[in-house]
Amino acid sequence: MINSLLEYWPVLWPTLAAIAVILAVVPFLGLYMTFIERKVAAYVQDRVGPNRVGPFGLFQAVADGIKIFLKEQLIPDHVYTALYFIAPAFSLITAMFALVVMPFGPVATDYAGGFRFMVAPGIDIGILMMLAISSLSAYGIIVGGWASNNKYSIYGAIRSCAQFISYEIPLGLSILGVIAIAGSLNIERIVAVQSASILDWNVFWQPVAMLVFFTSALAETNRLPFDLPECEQELVGGFHTEYSGIKFVLYFLAEYTHIVTVSFLTALLFLGGWHFPGLPGPSGASTLVLLLGLLVLLVKVSLVVMVIILLRWSLPRFRFDQLMGLAWKGLIPLALANLVGVAVVLTLGLPKHLLIATAVLPVLAAYYSATKFNASMADENISKKGLSPRGAVSYE
Amino acid sequence: MSETQNKPAKKKTVKWGDAPKLSVLDALYLPAIASGLATAIKHAVSGKPTTRQYPEVEPEIPPNYRGVHRLNRDEAGRVKCVACYMCQTACPANCIEIIAAPAPKDDPHWKDRDKFPATFTIDELRCIYCGMCEEACPVDAIELTSIYDLTGMTREEMIFDKEKLLSVFDETVKTGRDPVRTNRGKLGPASELSPTAKDAPPPPGRGKSG
Repeated sequence: MINSLLEYWPVLWPTLAAIAVILAVVPFLGLYMTFIERKVAAYVQDRVGPNRVGPFGLFQAVADGIKIFLKEQLIPDHVYTALYFIAPAFSLITAMFALVVMPFGPVATDYAGGFRFMVAPGIDIGILMMLAISSLSAYGIIVGGWASNNKYSIYGAIRSCAQFISYEIPLGLSILGVIAIAGSLNIERIVAVQSASILDWNVFWQPVAMLVFFTSALAETNRLPFDLPECEQELVGGFHTEYSGIKFVLYFLAEYTHIVTVSFLTALLFLGGWHFPGLPGPSGASTLVLLLGLLVLLVKVSLVVMVIILLRWSLPRFRFDQLMGLAWKGLIPLALANLVGVAVVLTLGLPKHLLIATAVLPVLAAYYSATKFNASMADENISKKGLSPRGAVSYE
Repeated sequence: MSETQNKPAKKKTVKWGDAPKLSVLDALYLPAIASGLATAIKHAVSGKPTTRQYPEVEPEIPPNYRGVHRLNRDEAGRVKCVACYMCQTACPANCIEIIAAPAPKDDPHWKDRDKFPATFTIDELRCIYCGMCEEACPVDAIELTSIYDLTGMTREEMIFDKEKLLSVFDETVKTGRDPVRTNRGKLGPASELSPTAKDAPPPPGRGKSG
């Protein structure tokens, strides 16, 4: 036993180290994401935000963490106790499990020994596994909503379920083009394909895919403008109405882990990952270059996170039918058309940068929907004028 | 539909307008999202918070603010109140309680006064800070200061007696934040003899004839 451990130690320790990094970083990341979110929210709303605990309120997150750990474990009478305990843990486990195949720093595709910024490098179904695992996180929410035995919670859970099912489709479809061009589901290879020059970043030839992916990812993470499962005005707290203390924190950690995962995926799949002009690739590179690559990736990820947080404070929440309409009538056709474009370019052997033309797709779709909408409004104006309260009204 | 159209035309009071046309840019959503983001970022980087760091930076209270009461002193340092019960009568919340006593006539300190309040208590929890006691007072003895952050741990300590109310006066005089309505150093209009009754200002809150 000991002998075999020693024998496998050279291949074992990088994995263990990567696991340790993820386990150590994720909870702090979650706590500090709440701090950053509160701070950004405050600045957007012309406030100052938390600034009492430590310089600039930096220890607010720690104070919150301590407070929430010491809170009373409140278990309502009417919950299904076992499921009630399992659900938040399941939520966080699935959220962190998805990080297994995610490179959080430069990973060379030759997988040399030593520490690598990834728990399980070289998984050939990487992105597929990631999608599969992250869609499992719907279970955490649904089980939690069910176990709460409360109509608001179950409504939140049902909404979340419907939203997950709808947005999984455009999420998967949008990255099919990226996968097809890279010829691999392996995330490191997908990044490696983008590393020739800045113009090889997927965003420059798959803008529609990035748009669809980012939108669906926002919906998957239950973020505004798609936070129907937990919208306070209608559902009290949604699926976490009955949760408090550490179990509530587990849900929140899961949500913020999702946001980080999604931001990493956006940066890796569309923004060139750790590639930056002038920076050599990760194979056989020195530690300094690797650290620079890590820095580049983290900067890209934090930019995406920033956009996600700022979007929360600039967009109103969708209505539920609008949410479904956007997925089924907007994003899925766009993603499909984009995929057809990729297929045509690949089959005919055309240069892939011709695909920048797919940027016309949303404009065409907008033109179509605007024409349809105006025509329907014109009909309504003719048939109902003077009889219906619809349309703009001015009183004389 | 046709029935309603065949009815005799009513006088039109409502003008029906057409809904504005949706342009391609509107239907694309992206320009609207970008402008929303731009607004958010503009505010985020403006660096001009509209909030105040309260315990460190205190708000500027207007001088006519109605806060904690005080009992004024006259030039001799005596309580200005003449125990006339006007404030107690005017108080809509019944939070003022006065027990009057005859002024000690043999004491030269009190020789120009008939009555003075033996006790004067205000229940600050019961008070609704309407300022009617202040208006009713003929000698400007009771006044509302701009102290807004009154706190206490028990109900008992929120019942202010005469000494406490006088100490509020001493404190607010020290800080120089007198209420704007104050008439310190002078007695109120009702207590002053005017040359002719016509010149006398009407009592506050009443008509000229009242």
